[in-house]
Amino acid sequence: MSDPTGSGGIEGQPGRNLPPLRLHVPEPPARPGESADFTHFDIPAADAAPRPDEAAQPDAMRDMAYGLIRVLDEDGAAVGAWNPKLPPETLLRMLRTMALTRAFDARMFRAQRQGKTSFYMKSTGEEAVSIGAALALSRDDMCFPSYRQQGILLARDWPLVDMMNQIYSNKGDRLKGRQLPIMYSARDAGFFSISGNLTTQYPQAVGWAMASAARGDTRIAATWCGEGSTAEGDFHSACTFASVYRAPVIMNVVNNQWAISSFSGFAGAESTTFAARAVGYGIAGLRVDGNDILAVYAATRWAADRARSNAGPTLIEHFTYRVEGHSTSDDPTAYRSAEESSLWPLGDPIARLKAHCIGLGIWDEDRHAAMDKELAELVRDAAREAEKNGILGHGLHHPMESMFEDVFEEMPRHLKEQQQQMLDEWKAAGL
Amino acid sequence: MNMIQAINSAMDVMMERDPTVVVMGEDVGFFGGVFRATAGLQAKYGKNRVFDTPITECGIIGVAVGMGAYGLRPVPEIQFADYIYPALDQLVSEAARLRYRSAGEFIAPMTVRSPFGGGIFGGQTHSQSPEGIFTHCSGIKTVIPSTPYDAKGLLIAAIEDNDPTLFFEPKRIYNGPFDGHYDTPATSWAGHADAQVPTGYYRIPLGKARIARAGDALTVLCYGTMVHVVENVVATLGIDAEIVDLRSLVPLDIDTIEASVKKTGRCLIVHEATRTSGFGAELLAQVQERCFYHLEAPIERVTGFDTPYPHSLEWAYFPGPVRIREAINKIMKD
Ligand SMILES: Cc1ncc(C[n+]2csc(CCOP(=O)(O)OP(=O)(O)O)c2C)c(N)n1
Repeated sequence: MSDPTGSGGIEGQPGRNLPPLRLHVPEPPARPGESADFTHFDIPAADAAPRPDEAAQPDAMRDMAYGLIRVLDEDGAAVGAWNPKLPPETLLRMLRTMALTRAFDARMFRAQRQGKTSFYMKSTGEEAVSIGAALALSRDDMCFPSYRQQGILLARDWPLVDMMNQIYSNKGDRLKGRQLPIMYSARDAGFFSISGNLTTQYPQAVGWAMASAARGDTRIAATWCGEGSTAEGDFHSACTFASVYRAPVIMNVVNNQWAISSFSGFAGAESTTFAARAVGYGIAGLRVDGNDILAVYAATRWAADRARSNAGPTLIEHFTYRVEGHSTSDDPTAYRSAEESSLWPLGDPIARLKAHCIGLGIWDEDRHAAMDKELAELVRDAAREAEKNGILGHGLHHPMESMFEDVFEEMPRHLKEQQQQMLDEWKAAGL
Repeated sequence: MNMIQAINSAMDVMMERDPTVVVMGEDVGFFGGVFRATAGLQAKYGKNRVFDTPITECGIIGVAVGMGAYGLRPVPEIQFADYIYPALDQLVSEAARLRYRSAGEFIAPMTVRSPFGGGIFGGQTHSQSPEGIFTHCSGIKTVIPSTPYDAKGLLIAAIEDNDPTLFFEPKRIYNGPFDGHYDTPATSWAGHADAQVPTGYYRIPLGKARIARAGDALTVLCYGTMVHVVENVVATLGIDAEIVDLRSLVPLDIDTIEASVKKTGRCLIVHEATRTSGFGAELLAQVQERCFYHLEAPIERVTGFDTPYPHSLEWAYFPGPVRIREAINKIMKD
C-alpha cells in the first residue's frame, strides 16, 4: 500500500517529522464507583444576571448565553432583575403542579413495573422546566414537546385519566393504542403529537410559528429537546429557519446532562454552552437555572413577550439534572456515579419553591405533606379509573380493524382489502 | 401550455382559490424556481405566501409539517428529487404518519413538488427516481403526471388533498414529449393534444389511471416520461398494445390494471427507477396475484439498472426504445 500522506513514509509511519495526531473522545468526570464532582461548576449568584430589554438585539446580549439566570437564592428568597414577582396563588399552583407531576410519574413508573404497560419516562428533577414554561405561555400557544414535558399537560389541567389511557393503550386511548406510552397528543391542550424520532418537532414548531406570523395571528410556538438531541440536523435546520424569518418561537434545550448513557460532552458541552448555539444563528440565547421555576418562568415570559412583539425567536438552555434513569428500560448506575444526582448543586425544583413559599409565610411543612398525600390519592384513583378501560396486553383495546384507520383521510382500496383479509383470517381461526 | 406552465397554472389557481395555500422552497420566490415552475407567484401573492427557503431539505419539510398542523396547505418544492433524502425522516416518520399517530388530531396536508427522473445528462445527483422508497412507506401518496393536462389537474387534486402527497415531475418532458431518441431533435408541447390546458380550475382525481393507448395484444404499465417512450416504440412496432399511464402509484388504480391485463393476457412494466425492490416489483406481484390464470406469457420488466445513475453512459442506462422493443418481442413470442 502506498503512503497516504504522499511524503515517502513507510506504511504505519507518517513520513513527516510531526507528532502523531490524537483523537479526543470525551469522558464524563465520574463513572460508577467514582465520586462525583461538581466543583468545576461555578454557580453565579442568584441576582447576578442582568435582564436585557425584550426587544434587545441578540448581539447585545451574548453574555446571557454563557451566564445563568437565577431568581431563587440559597435561602429560598426571590432576588434580582429576573424576579417575576408572582402572586401567592401562582406560586402555590406551580408547587402543586410540580408535585402532581412527580406523583404521576411515581404511579406510572410503578404501573410499568407491575406489567400494566410497556414503558414509562419520568421527569424527576426537571419538573420546573415544563411547568414554569407552560404557566408563562398563553393557553392557546402551541407546544411541540419532547417526551419529558408531561408537566405541560398537567399545567394545562389535562385530565389524568386521559393521559393514563394513552399510557395503557386501552380502549379509552384517544390515539387508538398506536403510540408508545407517554407519546401524547392533545390538540385542545396546545400539545403537539410527540414523535419518537428525536428533534423532528423543532422545525415543525418553527413552521407553526411562521404560519402564525404569516397569517397575522397572535399565537406563538414553543418547542423542547434534550441537550443530546441538539446534535441532530433538525435542530440546526430549525435554528436557521427561526433566525431567517424571525419566527415567533421559543426553542428550549433541556440540558439534563445525560442522553441515555452519553454525557453532555458528546453533544459538545465541553466546548461551549447549549444556549451559545444561539449566538451563531444571531438568535437571542438565555441560559437558565432549570431547577428554579421562577427563573424558567421569567425567561419564558421574556421570550414570549419578545416573540409576540415580532422581535424574534429565543433559544433557552435549561440547566438541570436527570435524577432518574432515562426510562424504565434504563439503569443509570451502569454508567454514572451513584451519588451524582444527590450532589447536583442546583438542588431540587420542588424543594426550592417549597422553601420559598414557606419563607413567604404562605406555606408550611404540614400543608405540603397533606398535599403530597392528596396528590398520591388523586393519581391512584385516576389510575384505577383508567384501568377500567384496560391495561396493555389484556384485550381491552380498540377494535382490530381500527389499525387501518387514519393512514389516509379516506381508506384506499388496498387497505380496505388488507383490513378485510385480516378480519376473515381471524374469523376462520375461530377468534 | 408546456408542463412547467401547467404546473405553474395549477399553483396559481389554487393560491387564488385558497388563501391557506403557500409555496416555499429553494429559489422559488423572487426568481421563480430553477425550472421556473413558480415564476410570477411571489409577485402576485406576496412574500408571506411564496418565499425562498434556506438550503435544508429536512428544514423545508419539517417547517411544512408545522405549517400544515397550523392549518395551512404548504406546497414545498425540493429542487431535485435527488435532494429529498435529507428530508426523508421528516417525510416518512413525520408527514406520512402524523394523522395516524395522533388519530386524526393533527394532519400534514402538504404537496411536495420535485422534478425527477433522468435523460438530461444530470449525472448521479440530478437524475434519480426515488418513488419506490415512498410507495413502500405508509401514509404518503405518490403522483406522477405524464402530460401538461394531467400535471395541472393532478396537482390541483394533490393540493386539495388532506394527506401528504409527493408530486414527482418528469423533468425530461417539462418542455416537450420525449420519444426515447436522444439524438433526434427535441420536440415541444406546442400543438400537442395533451398540451390543451384550460387556464381555470379542473381536477383529475388521484388514483385513476389513464389509458394512453387502447389495445388488445399486450398491456404496458408505465408512468412519467416512459409513457411517451413506450408510445413511440409501440407505434413503430405496429403492435396493438394497451398503454396504461398509472398517474398515481399510491393510491394505485388496480381495477384498470387488472381489467387491461385480463383482456390482453400479456404484461410489460416499464420505469426509470432501479430494478430491485422498485415499484415494478410491486406491480408484477399484484398482476401475478390477480391475473395469473389470464397470463399467456411471463410478465417482463424494463427498468433502470441497479447502479448509481451514470453520466456519460446515461443513454445505455435509460430504459430506452431498444430495451423496450426487445422486451415486447420476447413477450409476444410466447
Ligand atoms: C433520531 C433518534 N435517534 C436515537 C433515538 C434513541 N434515543 C431516544 S432518547 C435518546 C437520548 C436523548 O437524550 P437527550 O436529547 O439529552 O434527552 P433526555 O432523554 O436527556 O431528556 C436516544 C439516543 C431516537 N429516539 N431518535
